[in-house]
Amino acid sequence: MSSNIRPSGVFDTTYSDDIALNRTRGEKAVSYGIVALLLLIPLLSLEGPFGISLVPQSLVGTIIRIAILVISVQGLNILTGYTGQVSLGHAAFMAVGAYSGAYLARQFGFSFWLALPTSALFTGVIGLLFGLPSLRVKGFYLSMATLAAQFIIPWTLRYPLEHISNGSRPLDVPVPDLFGINFGADGAMYYIVIPLAMALSLAARNISRTRTGRAMISIRDNDLAAELLGINVFSYKLQAFFVSAVYAGIAGCLMAFHTNNISLEFFAPQVSIELLAMLIIGGAGFPLGPMFGVAFVILLTQNVIPALVPSLYSALPSLLPFLAPVNVFAALNPLLFGLALMIFLIVEPRGLAYRWEILKISWKIRPFSY
Amino acid sequence: MSSVKLHIDDVSLSFGGIKALQHISFDVREGEIVSVIGPNGAGKTSLINSINGFYKPQSGRILFGGRDITKLPPYKRAQLGISRTFQNIALYTNMTALDNLMAARHLHMKSNMLTGALFIGPAQREEIEHRVIVEEIIEFLEMEAIRKSIVGTLSYGLRKRVELGRALALEPELLLLDEPMAGMNQEEKEDMARFILDIHEQRRTTILLIEHDVGLVMDISNHVVALDFGQKIAEGPPAEISQNEAVIRAYLGQENG
Ligand SMILES: Nc1ncnc2c1ncn2[C@@H]1O[C@H](COP(=O)(O)OP(=O)(O)O)[C@@H](O)[C@H]1O
Ligand SMILES: [Mg+2]
Repeated sequence: MSSNIRPSGVFDTTYSDDIALNRTRGEKAVSYGIVALLLLIPLLSLEGPFGISLVPQSLVGTIIRIAILVISVQGLNILTGYTGQVSLGHAAFMAVGAYSGAYLARQFGFSFWLALPTSALFTGVIGLLFGLPSLRVKGFYLSMATLAAQFIIPWTLRYPLEHISNGSRPLDVPVPDLFGINFGADGAMYYIVIPLAMALSLAARNISRTRTGRAMISIRDNDLAAELLGINVFSYKLQAFFVSAVYAGIAGCLMAFHTNNISLEFFAPQVSIELLAMLIIGGAGFPLGPMFGVAFVILLTQNVIPALVPSLYSALPSLLPFLAPVNVFAALNPLLFGLALMIFLIVEPRGLAYRWEILKISWKIRPFSY
Repeated sequence: MSSVKLHIDDVSLSFGGIKALQHISFDVREGEIVSVIGPNGAGKTSLINSINGFYKPQSGRILFGGRDITKLPPYKRAQLGISRTFQNIALYTNMTALDNLMAARHLHMKSNMLTGALFIGPAQREEIEHRVIVEEIIEFLEMEAIRKSIVGTLSYGLRKRVELGRALALEPELLLLDEPMAGMNQEEKEDMARFILDIHEQRRTTILLIEHDVGLVMDISNHVVALDFGQKIAEGPPAEISQNEAVIRAYLGQENG
């Protein structure tokens, strides 16, 4: 989208310049700047080596949570955003990653480093299995099949596999032993999760702009025409299910080792819906969509809505006198989230990343904005 | 005489009671431009859909380069070298013209999810290699100015051209064109006819062309097949077909009715 607009005076002389991600010095500087800033943050918190608290400690934890969700939504973006297969079971795949990682660590003493890739691959295989219906059904019916995953997987974990999952009770996950040092605090986890989220985001971006990604986008935009280009549609749908589940598995496993305590509620159906909402708000099919979406929704649900709820609650009796405020209180959060989502879909159905592209273009062609 | 590239052997296709194709047989020889003409609903699109695998004829066989492809799925036929355009254009409207053509290099590219994810190395080299090939097609079809335009924003005539470019990017041995000039103005039609002739000459591609405009067909094809109500009513060199009673009747009948 933005790739066709450049500041005047910037010309690509080779195709490798033309396909580069950062095409101008400014773009490069901004990218590196963001990476550097992110890597600095924990050092400037109270638990950092300098003992200064320029950055509140809680921010470190929040960024880790955001990064883990970004990994998960990147996976959803490959399946839903690029390949066009709407999944309502993404949280269930995160559960597979979380519980298989925990099981490997608890039962076989797998280190974090071994548990992570193993559980990711295992989750990928489970994702592949639930992608099999895409041979026969598509669109709405396929979404129903992914919803089945959202019920089958947690149920299987809760009952037949109760000895592994601890059923409906929380399960302890060993504190990972990273770099030979036992890190309980957020600090070390930060330096694992953030670079991983960056690398996996870059990998997703690269997939989307090369052969596999173009095949997936072709399937999304017109699956008949995709066949005509010699694309084995079913094989690429399965690949999308696989890699999307791998991302979910990594995110789930990271979550398990970060929180050291997991519970099936973390992976409930509404979490799948929230992940999908994040993707849509951020911009499905845009590389930056997952980052924008996760950051926006976290900000909304953890900062904006909680700030609004008390005043709304006290205003309720005068606004809607026929309602008993106690009954409404618990519903206010999801209600406001739903409302925000609705407004969002009406105002910018293509998501924040799309808006961002438009902004970038008008910045590049300044001062002529026509 | 050159060898038979496409052999249509007694192909019949029906949809419920509608007989879209009835016992159709004809050959397309290597390097020829063969045109299929006929009034609306004659079965022309059904024929192309049967050749590229979107429709499965109830009886008959289709041989491509001597190989029976009747039962192959569409993507396997594409792999063998059959490429097409659609009567109502089926481009990827959210992609740029360039990406549409790059997507069509699928069969000639090798990178997979892993090398693609890494990008640096084989995938990047491949991107550049194929970009060069795609740029040749862009130049050939005079699409330089629209290379990075989102296809959905282009005019009808230009979209038809991008679709032709996408079909060419597969480097097909057989190109199926379903009414490539329909809905175009005279100038665009002439451009398109020139492109088709150039493809034929420079790339030696065998072409099966469906066209409504009989005059144009007679100018550029080696051989013409005329369909009406799913039946082959005539076949032969253009000069012969334009004099053919049955063909004239089919077209006049349509104009009067
Ligand atoms: N998918 C389909 N389902 C039902 N009928 C079809 C289908 N495709 C074509 N037909 C019918 O087959 C006949 C031939 O159509 P078509 O091949 O599109 O003709 P043409 O391309 O020559 O105008 C028409 O009567 C049309 O209605
Ligand atoms: Mg037709």
